[in-house]
Amino acid sequence: MPDDTPIPAIHDLGGAARFHCTPVEHDEVPPDAFGKKVDALRQILAQKGLMTVDELRRGIESIPESEYFALGYYERWLRSVAALMVEKGVVEKDAVE
Amino acid sequence: MAAPPRPDSIALLDRLIAALEAKGIVTEAEIAARQAITDKASPETGARMVARAWTDPAYRALLLSDGKAAAEQMGASMAGAPPLGVLENTPGRHHLVVCTLCSCYPRAVLGYPPNWYKSFAYRSRAVREPRQVLAEWGLNLPDSVEVRVVDSTADYRWMVLPMRPAGTEGWDEARLAALVTRDSLVGVAVPQAT
Repeated sequence: MPDDTPIPAIHDLGGAARFHCTPVEHDEVPPDAFGKKVDALRQILAQKGLMTVDELRRGIESIPESEYFALGYYERWLRSVAALMVEKGVVEKDAVE
Repeated sequence: MAAPPRPDSIALLDRLIAALEAKGIVTEAEIAARQAITDKASPETGARMVARAWTDPAYRALLLSDGKAAAEQMGASMAGAPPLGVLENTPGRHHLVVCTLCSCYPRAVLGYPPNWYKSFAYRSRAVREPRQVLAEWGLNLPDSVEVRVVDSTADYRWMVLPMRPAGTEGWDEARLAALVTRDSLVGVAVPQAT
């Protein structure tokens, strides 16, 4: 029987075998200044109707696998927010490259 | 531990904010003000909701039927937030919340999600071997207790209503709220009356 189960997308980590032997580290360090700033910026852009949570997710979930695991949490958010702002014509591409 | 942001990420954030400022879309002051509001949200709100539910049956009913309304009664700002579902632990059922796809978390009542909640290991393992994950963190549930794992999403957030510990009869809300940790609201711990 061929296994036609689709390969899960990179962000779809529920049950992902590669982390089965990884302990859940008790990391209680609060977000750093960079993370809080990305987070605040994301909220403001959402309030101004310039992006939605679903758009943020699409941007995060389309980060290539090598980058997805190499980037920190709020770095992935920032990549998504920046790409969205360019895509929507809010800022010019060369402003964020 | 979470690694610090890469220099190119810090530079990208600076450039993006500068470009948005030049367009008149955001200001640094606006970002700082929004951050200050976000910093204020904390698990104390969720803990007060639980303590109220333990002592007030009408509030408990509201909490279980409409978490968002119950949070607003406690002063949480829920405007624009997705619905908040509340999962009632019982002697036969324990709930554990995860977001396998990312990090969806009821931030208005719990604050920023901790790094472990966002970790690849937690997102992977919480749905595959929840008892093992809980045991590693010191919560050993007997086999007679069913473990129900609930996936938070961008469109629906979840919080746990833990069981009130024995030995807390007659305690007032403030004393009860002090027992309710953030971990017990996610389901990786249970409140203890020590």
